[in-house]
Amino acid sequence: MDALTIDTLSVRLGGRLALDRVSLAVGAGEVLGIIGANGGGKTTLLRAALGLTVLAAGEARLAGRPVSRLSLPERASLAAYLPQDRDVAWNLPAWRLVALGLPRMGAARGRDMAIAALDGLGVASLAERGVLDMSGGERARVLLARMIVTGAPLLIADEPAAGLDPDAQFLVLELLRAQAARGAAVVVSLHDLTLAARGCDRLAVLAGGRLVALGPPVQALSPEILKSAFGLNGELISTRHGVVVTTARG
Amino acid sequence: MRLNLILAGMLLMAAALAVALGETSLSASQIRSAFFEPLSAPAQILWSIRAPRMAAAALVGGALGLSGAVMQGLLRNPLADPGVLGVSAFSGLAAAGVIALGLTSVPGAVETAALLGASVAGALLTLLAGRLAEPQTLILFGVALSALGGAATALVFNLSPSPVTTAEVLSWLLGSVANRDWSDVARGLAPALPGAILCLVSAPGLSQLTLGEETAALSGLPMDRLRMAAVAGAALLTGAAVSVAGVIGFVGLAAPHLVRRSAHEDPARTLVPSALAGAGLLVVADLAARMIPSAEELKLGVVTALFGAPVFAVVAWRAARSWRG
Repeated sequence: MDALTIDTLSVRLGGRLALDRVSLAVGAGEVLGIIGANGGGKTTLLRAALGLTVLAAGEARLAGRPVSRLSLPERASLAAYLPQDRDVAWNLPAWRLVALGLPRMGAARGRDMAIAALDGLGVASLAERGVLDMSGGERARVLLARMIVTGAPLLIADEPAAGLDPDAQFLVLELLRAQAARGAAVVVSLHDLTLAARGCDRLAVLAGGRLVALGPPVQALSPEILKSAFGLNGELISTRHGVVVTTARG
Repeated sequence: MRLNLILAGMLLMAAALAVALGETSLSASQIRSAFFEPLSAPAQILWSIRAPRMAAAALVGGALGLSGAVMQGLLRNPLADPGVLGVSAFSGLAAAGVIALGLTSVPGAVETAALLGASVAGALLTLLAGRLAEPQTLILFGVALSALGGAATALVFNLSPSPVTTAEVLSWLLGSVANRDWSDVARGLAPALPGAILCLVSAPGLSQLTLGEETAALSGLPMDRLRMAAVAGAALLTGAAVSVAGVIGFVGLAAPHLVRRSAHEDPARTLVPSALAGAGLLVVADLAARMIPSAEELKLGVVTALFGAPVFAVVAWRAARSWRG
């Protein structure tokens, strides 16, 4: 059973098709990257997968069950989300913020699990620090811990690497890959193509709301797809540091 | 928990001061006789005049402090206040209308009207809150309601037949707990208690909103219902406060700020401390209103505005800086 199934799904936003008959599936242990130009439908796809948008056609299923028919606790137990908007309203200590991922857990046990989750991401030392007093990279890890602590089998992160320095970007992807290695299904939207090529098992390329490629990075980032989806001349090349996607305006 | 105990202790001290001090200064032995001779003059002053007035101030302050903390959590906005949602404005408007119609002699008419006005605004906002995913949109509706309530109150002034009525309405709108008795306190408690319960029920939802609407929606909690409980609870509390004391500003803004850091900034954990701090603040403010020498006794709403407005400016300054950063 796939953790997430998107079945010929269409979404209409303000009279235009933001998603046009998109189909894909993500299984346990896999990291699927969603890439595409701005306005391509990445965020809309992630929100539709979670039942946060009205669907025009098609269906999104979590663990085989239509997301629209899940109760709120069921949906929360099947998927966790890290939205693109990482604005935190109040300066909570990190562990209290992480414990928000466990709203039905008792206080003491919630605290233990939150600190364990922070420890798993190497930031246990930040547990008592206010999240608004942290650097962007530190806060990104705390927010990841909030998503991971839920224990949901499907983790969906919308541009978790945006605004971070290169090292922190790789780190975020590594931490998500570690969750996949433990059996989670991970869906992550990204702008950095090299990061996507290195960190994801498969890539889904969206252009104008349509899925134009779905497959391993070598296929999904072919020169033809780079041209048609991004309007860029470019290719995926191997270097001694790993694969790199070189691009130039066409 | 420790924070709540400390704040409760401070509230008790303020309450004791508010009962002990006043225009008629009582000696220690007179205060002692108030405890043992229920029919003596000191007993009358303490238990029939000062104590209910103090209780009214504590009730109003607690209600405003709690509803302020709920609004700030709900709207993710440190500048939110019961007044922001227009509930105070509608409540004041209804009271002003009843006074202008000359119905002040009907017992409880003004209070009932204030409560009805708050309930109308509260019901309207509760309906909207279930449909609007974005709390900012709710704040805009609140601003619109507030402006409408203010404009309609100005219209009442404009059309009121006599300057005496105008003075009466104005005195209500300035806010005061002078001459309140135990029945006034009971009338305020009736809507305040269910309001407080609704607010406490909504607390886990307020904490989830720290990370924004979408994360909260996916937390598994019934956010629509919790949001409605928060709006309805805050409206009931504000209505109760206005019905007892008229329109009193800034307590709902200042109380959450005083306790937020000590409550680890968690909106759920801010609620009870904020209610206790609001109650203490207003008891002290009313004591100041009574004790500051002036020809006319100062109105409580004037005192809170004089101290509250600078607090508001400081908070706004800090919030603006953090939003820029």
